[in-house]
Amino acid sequence: MSRVLARPYLLLSPAILSLSLLMVAPVVFVLIYSFWLRTAEGLDVPAFQFGNWVNFFNDYFYWMALGSTFKTAFITTIICIILGYPTAYFLARAQIRNRGLLLFLMFLPFWVSYIIRTMSWINVLGKNGFVNAVLMGSGLIDEPMKLLYNDFSVIMGLVYFMLPYMIINVYVSLDGIDRNLESAARVLGCTPWQSFWEVTLPLSLPGLGAGSLLCFVLAAGSYVTPRLLGGTDTLFFPDLIYEAIISQLDWPFGAVLSIVMLVALGLVIAVYNRFMNLSDVYRSFAR
Amino acid sequence: MSSVELKAVEKHFAGGIIAVDAIDLDVPDGAFVTLLGPSGCGKTTTLRMVAGLEHPTGGEILIKGKRVNETPIHQRNLGMVFQNYALFPHKSIFDNVAFGLKYRGVGKADIAVRVRRALDIVRLPGVEQRFPTQLSGGQQQRIALARALVIEPDVLLLDEPLSALDANLREEMRSEIKAIQRRIGVTAIFVTHDQGEALAMSDLVVVMNKGKIEQRGAPAEVYEHPRSEFVANFLGNANFLPATVVAVAGGGISVALADGSQLAVADAARTVQAGEKVNVVVRAEKIELDGGGLSHASVLKGTISAVDYLGSTARYDVTLAGGEKVTTLATIRDGARRVGDQVNLSIAPEHCRIL
Repeated sequence: MSRVLARPYLLLSPAILSLSLLMVAPVVFVLIYSFWLRTAEGLDVPAFQFGNWVNFFNDYFYWMALGSTFKTAFITTIICIILGYPTAYFLARAQIRNRGLLLFLMFLPFWVSYIIRTMSWINVLGKNGFVNAVLMGSGLIDEPMKLLYNDFSVIMGLVYFMLPYMIINVYVSLDGIDRNLESAARVLGCTPWQSFWEVTLPLSLPGLGAGSLLCFVLAAGSYVTPRLLGGTDTLFFPDLIYEAIISQLDWPFGAVLSIVMLVALGLVIAVYNRFMNLSDVYRSFAR
Repeated sequence: MSSVELKAVEKHFAGGIIAVDAIDLDVPDGAFVTLLGPSGCGKTTTLRMVAGLEHPTGGEILIKGKRVNETPIHQRNLGMVFQNYALFPHKSIFDNVAFGLKYRGVGKADIAVRVRRALDIVRLPGVEQRFPTQLSGGQQQRIALARALVIEPDVLLLDEPLSALDANLREEMRSEIKAIQRRIGVTAIFVTHDQGEALAMSDLVVVMNKGKIEQRGAPAEVYEHPRSEFVANFLGNANFLPATVVAVAGGGISVALADGSQLAVADAARTVQAGEKVNVVVRAEKIELDGGGLSHASVLKGTISAVDYLGSTARYDVTLAGGEKVTTLATIRDGARRVGDQVNLSIAPEHCRIL
């Protein structure tokens, strides 16, 4: 390789090196671990056998957990679309001063620890929390509603965490649409709604898709929110990984679950990339 | 009959900015009318108000004799071409051109026929299945024109459609747009800051400045008879000579420059009195360098202070005996003059205007 051709790789080498060491190598270790043998005494013995994998594929419970995790992530994504799109549209289109301030405020909560923000929902949704206190105080209900430690509170917490990602992706997409396109559609005979359906929505789909992918993948992979806000019957896959590795100290089986999660989310991304352009996902971060 | 009429139309923006200040304008049926002016003069705002994209703060807009102030954009039946083409990037050329027809309830078979005819008119047949990004800038602008014309609009609105094109293409598209407009006979309102485009294309030039109409008229009239310093300056190279009226006799006026040299002016449009201070306007290309051929021309003496060599012509800055600076544009025959050359400037009376 000539020196000129080598230069980009030389400049990329810190990134390549750190990605290999910190991302690729650990995943390879996890993969290797999934073939190890867990003995009755609780020791992991290096081996190459498929026992852990067979256990996984034979246990219906883990498939249900994966399904329930994806369902929750899907619902979270849909709610983020419904709440996020109008907000992003407002931010991009309203004739407001301080647009930058509003965007800043949207990301302001990120300055507070994610765990603290998630735990604060306990004070809002709990038995003696804000919502119940207001509803009971106003006489609308007599008994506190069970808002916490169920799928509702998990989705609530996930939406709260994901919404800014959705909004910023859609916002970037909408902001990049040439306003003359909408004017052209209007002059050619579209009502404002028709021009939205014909021009604005299709052209903002890359941002909507990117935001949805981020929401889905981050929600499905989240661990803290279901752990803090979920109930005893909440089935969340990342939680099972934690259980296997930390509680049961069954590293080989935890490794199997980790690889399954990785492949499942990888498939989602692959399907997305088949229909949408993955590079749109990175674009909003470039801003 | 007027196709478009503006009656005391004005547009105020927030913060007390007056973009368009009570302008009146009649656009005759089938005419090509150009709104010409520097950026911020209100020409685009005026066009957008006709389109319905801006709402006038006051006044009345009539299209084909009907008040349209309250008519929403999509019911005005206008064609509009934008500076950046504004083709829908996610739609094929066919769908782009067919867009307006679809919203007019035209049948599918009829749409295909009319789209094909429109693409023929702009000389781009057979591109139906392509997408806008696969076409060059000039081709995209032709498609934008086809999309605007296919609906047979009452008025064609053109918002600086040529300024995104490169120089050679611009001249080609200029004559093409004009030819298509004439062939179809559609009324056109064209917005530009380019005086060349305005003079070459228009039946009527409307010169705008600071939200007001400075002057309107046929291209030659506006160019030859500027009625204000702004118009004289904006359209071509104009010289302004401060002078004092010496004598008035019939249509002829005699004025004296700073050094006392006399200049004959034939401007029937102005009545002046002896002793009045005036500004005489002379276009650069009307001043002859060492011409001497015109017996009735006044001759002024001067020294060349700067030369701009332009190939077939040269622009000379000449300092007159009285200190006034004059710019002349002359065809180069036997080599350009040099700085420091003494020259005689011949100016015919009919080429002088008094402001």
